[in-house]
Amino acid sequence: MRRCLAVLALLCLGLTWAGAAPARAEAVIADLSKRLVAITTGFAGTDVLLFGAVEGKGEVVVVVKGPIGRLDVRRKARVAGIWINRDTITFANVPSFYSVSASAPLAQVVPTALALRSGIGARYLDIAVDRGRAGRGERCSRALDPERADNTVAAVKAMVPFCEALIRNKAREGLFQSEGRVTFLPGRKLFRTTIRFPANVPVGTYSVLVYVVRNGQIVGSQTHPLVINKTGVEAEVFDFAHRQSAFYGLIAVALAALAGWGAGLIFRKQ
Amino acid sequence: MQIYLPIAEMSVDVFLLLGLGGLVGFLSGLFGVGGGFLMTPLLIFIGVPPPVAVGTEANQIVASSVSGMIAHWRRQGVDFKMGAVLLSGGLIGSTGGVFLFEYLRDIGQIDLVISLAYVFFLGIVGLLMLLESVRSAVRRRGGKRRKLHHHTWVHGLPFKMRFRRSKLYISAFLPLAVGAAVGVLAAIMGVGGGFLMVPAMIYLIGMPTAVVIGTSLFQITFVTAYTTFLQATNNQTVDIFLALLLLLGGVIGAQFGSRAGARLRGEELRGLLAIMVLLVCGKLLFDLIATPDDLFSLATGRIGGHR
Repeated sequence: MRRCLAVLALLCLGLTWAGAAPARAEAVIADLSKRLVAITTGFAGTDVLLFGAVEGKGEVVVVVKGPIGRLDVRRKARVAGIWINRDTITFANVPSFYSVSASAPLAQVVPTALALRSGIGARYLDIAVDRGRAGRGERCSRALDPERADNTVAAVKAMVPFCEALIRNKAREGLFQSEGRVTFLPGRKLFRTTIRFPANVPVGTYSVLVYVVRNGQIVGSQTHPLVINKTGVEAEVFDFAHRQSAFYGLIAVALAALAGWGAGLIFRKQ
Repeated sequence: MQIYLPIAEMSVDVFLLLGLGGLVGFLSGLFGVGGGFLMTPLLIFIGVPPPVAVGTEANQIVASSVSGMIAHWRRQGVDFKMGAVLLSGGLIGSTGGVFLFEYLRDIGQIDLVISLAYVFFLGIVGLLMLLESVRSAVRRRGGKRRKLHHHTWVHGLPFKMRFRRSKLYISAFLPLAVGAAVGVLAAIMGVGGGFLMVPAMIYLIGMPTAVVIGTSLFQITFVTAYTTFLQATNNQTVDIFLALLLLLGGVIGAQFGSRAGARLRGEELRGLLAIMVLLVCGKLLFDLIATPDDLFSLATGRIGGHR
């Protein structure tokens, strides 16, 4: 009930805001059911509800991006009968989490040209080679672009399986998602979607981007930050292990020795 | 019931961890081995990152070897002088091992080296134990006695020391080398190394069986404590929550295991342990040879990167 009221309030806000906004930009206003996801004991993943209102026609695309970092993609090869890691490409600018949901099939809403320009969709992310066989700075979005597949250089072609493996492996871990749906309420003004964070979600500051797309053009957008953090005992243990690692190590050893000694006492009595 | 492990950064079912601890504890109580060689692959199998599995397992072994060592100490089953020499080697070995671990992880070959090391050592030790238990079962029927120990080239090495409790006069290099080799394995494989050290002490050094287990536990306690500390300070890969849960299951499991063990004969126990060691070895070898589902894997870039 409170959530419905919040949506209604937002809608009113959105409508008044739309009235004040410049005529060109389509109004979209959205909010999250929570801005902070706390990882505590018993955290097994969580859902965050995104809801909002859009003025005018257009499809809604919601993109969630985790903090970016470097990632090694390794390929195994058979050497003397054993599978070992042979080739590595290190990519930079890899979001630790990426999900895209749309109110209609993504390929229809976002044409390739727009996807390349805006980086919507895992294949069009600004992921670049940092170290490895292909030249530094080469982008996965270029290697995976079907229209350029015929005239690319060999080094870029060699990247293709690595870029595909990155997306495939991330998807298997549940950290790259592309099946999400944005649903409109009757009247096509109010919309909602559920962002699903798995248990292994990386911590950090996320950005939630809401786009309104019409005729292959972005006509309105809004960005929200979302923080995923460890809290409680877990956060303190993690901080302690990293800040006072020597002390933490000593405590770990002392606890284990005490536990072993205690167990020994119990054994002896029986 | 799920619990979030702060260092492994994943949530796991509490009862799965207690069960794993209990199962491995039962086997270690049954066979009188540490069980690290089983626990580390199992932890990796349920999704714990290999560095955390190795670091945390070292921490858990501290606990199980402390209680074992105290029990053997009371029975005069620890040769402290031999233990000290083994330990000196162990500290050198595990220091080198932790740095080797870091290097192998950076070049992306740590999983391969861990698997190869397991296959190699478990294969050799398993086969030796199996042969020995079959031979001693045959000998028991024949009723022939074995010589106390054989003289080989290792007894000609310099720096001889006298180890009274072990009734030995041998070169200090031999236990030093054995200790160092076990120390490297403790750091890289996340094991106490008992499965390697005990046969080495019996067959290579020639120690009497009565002091072998206690002395090896003495060395393992201190080497794993030192390894835990190094892994905690260098790599931050020791998860106290995980270690304590495994420990709890392990203590209970070991009790049942040692009761069950009392009903079996020595050769039978060693024969069973040998078969189990060979099974783990075979599984790891199969994983190395079988074509993986996905030829590609991901790893967080570490060199120069931020975490």
